Amino acid sequence: MADAVQTNAKRIESAEPRPFGSGYKLIGRDYTTPDMMAKVTGRSRYAEDFRAEGMLFCRLVLSPMPHGRIKHIDASEALAMPGVKAVLTADDIPAQADYLDDNGRTIKASKWGERALTNEPMYQGDPILAVAAVNELTCAEAIERIRIEMDPLPFVIDPLDSLRPGGPNPLKDGNVWVRPKPPATGGPQVSELKWTDADFAEYEQGRLPMGEAPDTWSYGDLEAGFRGAALVLDESFVTPDVSHQCLESRTAMAHWQNSKLYLHTGTQSTYQTAPAIARWMNLTPDQVVLVSEYTGGGFGSKVTGTVIMIIPAILSRKLNAPVMMRISREEEHFIGRARPSIAGRARIGFAKDGRITALDFYTVTNSGAYDEASDGGSAGRIVSLLYQPTAMRWRGVTVMTNTPTRSAQSAPGGMQGIAIIEPVLAKAARKLGVDQVALRRVNCPEGKAEYAAPNRDGKRPHATSCFLKMALDRGAEQFRWQERMARPKRMGTKVRGAGVSLSCYVGGTIGFDGLLVITREGRVQFHSGIGNLGTESVMDVHRAGAEVLDVPWEICDVVWGDTSRVMPYTCASGGSQTTHAMTRAAFAVATTARQQLKEVAARSLGGKPEDYEVRNARVFRKDGAGISFAEAAQKAIELGGIYDGHQAPADVHKVTKSAVAALAGQGLVVAARDNAPRDGDTYSFVASFAEVEVDVETGKYFITDFLAYGDVGTVLHPHSLGGQMLGRSTLGIAHAIGQKWVIDPEYGATVAKRFYQNKPPTILDVPVDMQWAALNIPDPETPVGARGVGEPPVGGGCASILNALSDALGDEIFQRAPVNADTILASLDAGRPMQHPLMGSI
Amino acid sequence: MPEMEDAKISASKEHRITRRRFILGVIAGGAVVGAASYKILSPGGRTRGAGERWITLNVNGRMRRVEVMRQETLAWTLRYKLGLTGTKLGCDRAECGACTVLIDDVPHYSCSVLTNTVRGKRVTTIEGLAGADGTLHPVQQAVVDEQGFQCAFCMSGFIMSAVGFLKKHPAPTRTELAHGISGNLCRCQDYNKILDAMMRGAEYMRRA
Ligand code: FES
Ligand code: FES
Repeated sequence: MADAVQTNAKRIESAEPRPFGSGYKLIGRDYTTPDMMAKVTGRSRYAEDFRAEGMLFCRLVLSPMPHGRIKHIDASEALAMPGVKAVLTADDIPAQADYLDDNGRTIKASKWGERALTNEPMYQGDPILAVAAVNELTCAEAIERIRIEMDPLPFVIDPLDSLRPGGPNPLKDGNVWVRPKPPATGGPQVSELKWTDADFAEYEQGRLPMGEAPDTWSYGDLEAGFRGAALVLDESFVTPDVSHQCLESRTAMAHWQNSKLYLHTGTQSTYQTAPAIARWMNLTPDQVVLVSEYTGGGFGSKVTGTVIMIIPAILSRKLNAPVMMRISREEEHFIGRARPSIAGRARIGFAKDGRITALDFYTVTNSGAYDEASDGGSAGRIVSLLYQPTAMRWRGVTVMTNTPTRSAQSAPGGMQGIAIIEPVLAKAARKLGVDQVALRRVNCPEGKAEYAAPNRDGKRPHATSCFLKMALDRGAEQFRWQERMARPKRMGTKVRGAGVSLSCYVGGTIGFDGLLVITREGRVQFHSGIGNLGTESVMDVHRAGAEVLDVPWEICDVVWGDTSRVMPYTCASGGSQTTHAMTRAAFAVATTARQQLKEVAARSLGGKPEDYEVRNARVFRKDGAGISFAEAAQKAIELGGIYDGHQAPADVHKVTKSAVAALAGQGLVVAARDNAPRDGDTYSFVASFAEVEVDVETGKYFITDFLAYGDVGTVLHPHSLGGQMLGRSTLGIAHAIGQKWVIDPEYGATVAKRFYQNKPPTILDVPVDMQWAALNIPDPETPVGARGVGEPPVGGGCASILNALSDALGDEIFQRAPVNADTILASLDAGRPMQHPLMGSI
Repeated sequence: MPEMEDAKISASKEHRITRRRFILGVIAGGAVVGAASYKILSPGGRTRGAGERWITLNVNGRMRRVEVMRQETLAWTLRYKLGLTGTKLGCDRAECGACTVLIDDVPHYSCSVLTNTVRGKRVTTIEGLAGADGTLHPVQQAVVDEQGFQCAFCMSGFIMSAVGFLKKHPAPTRTELAHGISGNLCRCQDYNKILDAMMRGAEYMRRA
């Protein structure tokens, strides 16, 4: 109900969980998304499904060495072959340009940014040239006839190797990312950092060296916290590098028409990708049309596409023909991004009841080649929010290496932080004789929980709201935690173990625009700049708009997936911000539309706008006089100005203004900016529970039960929420049970680069009846109360499995993830963790 | 364990990972050590000089004349020659199941079947599943009703696997069905909802 939406923020004091959809007609109810029929019948077209008259193909040549310089490329023989059209090298790629961000600030192009092709490949698999030809077979034959001379350069794979005294640098400028010291401004820079031999003194004991850290923050009295602790643990732990491995690789097809680039590709963010392409191509945003109706997964690897997609665009311009660049699974391994491994060390002081009195956290992030991965900093912030230590210090170093480029992956940093800290909590609970759930409970954030270091104004940032304790309690109940604890653990060679983990991640941004048209046919047409990457937020958020307008969903249409079809200023779909940001925008535009409908009705039928109500696609007075949406649209066109898009609101983004202009005269055209206030930063929370059964004779284990219980605000669409809760939990579980990169440190060569070597969990790796639940308590700081949920379950997925394993096997089996059969057998035999303790990619 | 230590490295910098420790780490880590590839990557798999020839295929109940290379895969023919792009390529190497189609009602990875070998057989793709009047197959309808899948890139492969499996095993348990479709990978990891949808599909098929 519309009024329910509007008064939500006021009604939440009671903070009682409620059934999904209560008080609403659309929000919280399942429905069929408008893209479903096309998907289920195979008609949905992903980038590789497009064909065009005269379409050429291109293929990439990837660097065979982890760092080198191209001396000479001789493509003459290849170019002489029939059917070969062009060879593209780094010399053909436009220089990185400075650009204006959304707020009009100039962002300087980074000299260490990734380019589409390079003459100094920074990792094995870095693209060095592309060949276009009439078909892929010809491309392949041409590639065999291209002679490339390269000089090898020094390289480094392991961050700690690079930090040793005299250790190698990944490139001549240095090995670590540092922020310029004020008053200097600008982005992070690469500079050289070497630690001392003394820093490495404990390396051989498997303890993470902690030399000088470029980044640090702290709050509270750490030493006092440790002094007063009943137990202090000091643990090192390594998380794996894990590829995103979207099932759809980053294929792209480009063609030009009237000096406009049409690019078909899979991306997480439709609106936000067009300006990114424009930047990489040195074009203006209005010269780019992005078509991306369907995207085969993103997980952070396709936030605004990747620079590689300009290759077919440049070739297409050069050859005056459409060009398709298919990316193979193996190529995708190299260019498709991955979560960076973090080697972490945590010294944690606990009171007798398990409350954390002090937490000293150090992270070494393997950032890979090119741009900085900010996972370390985010690990620190998430840990601080999630476990509320009385005093905390975070220190971090982010190291560039000659390994493939990393990027954000669902819960970047949060996942690694949780995976590093949770096993320490599990160990502490065992040492203190405290129940695992009870230990999480005393450390659980609540309400407007504060986190990280104070801001410039001396205040610590805080969350908008947190009801995780309730989710933990309800989850423990539903998972029958106590009952499981009471059961015998061992049956023959099988040992059971149960694990619990807290989890959270950011859940939303603010300040974007909504755009809708009430058409002459009386339909409500929502324009969505959100990418269709499978999370369904591209559709779901507009249900909130329909709810505010009190119209049946059947008369609503969502326009998405093609920037030529006009889009409002929309957030990037990454960082789980979309559900929050864009329900707010949908709420804003629908609220404005209600008001404008009333104004239009008053101007048609007399009276004041306040006399009118909006319901069921009509605007009417109490005495029954009214007009339909179709009539209102017609009237809006007659009125013109702000009603039919000839004039746009002053406060919307300039992109929205041009969208409004493009729609002018099509009906009641409404745009609005999300100006709703918010106190705090938006986070979503999850309590995760898992049980495993380990066969100690074979080391093989199964996950027998799993539950994720969410505190994610108002539930918009239960089916899609359930998919996210369990899907992203499983993405996290992958880090615990087997996925990782393996790179040969001598040659810098990847040895796990296909699905069968580096496989995401299959349907047999998870229980057949995984469970999820959500509190459905609206967030008080956002109109509809809904927050994002893609990332919050990830860390808990991984850590609940790790904790279940240590519950079954004890604390001496692993100090890194993933944990697999070999780990278990070798370590059980030796009575201590048997894998390399500090290197991620091994 | 054969001695694989690289003396040069281990002697000069003992703190570095030696060859032997690396290999041990890999083995202990359980990863499969593939032949490390230093070659410049090319799409591979297609030898040159093989001419095309015309053959007739029975696809989705229609006889289609198509010119194919001897080494051409069925996925390629379907997608690039017959315009049936509902069949997806996730790996092109029999690792993910995105390309699954039915050949005489049995699910196969079409990326790993040569087109030449399916002459005289019935090939069914996702496009051929619904009735001529557009009525969805019960498994498709179940996916709609359960809002199964996320990005759906794996969807057609899963649906084809499930349809093939359910023809032989009309009343599976959830675990049996999971085994039946375990040759398909979903990177969105939407397995629970996929199973919900497929179990409902089984029920619809039994009722149909
Ligand atoms: S594309 Fe055929 S199995 Fe992956
Ligand atoms: S739904 Fe995305 S791969 Fe399965």
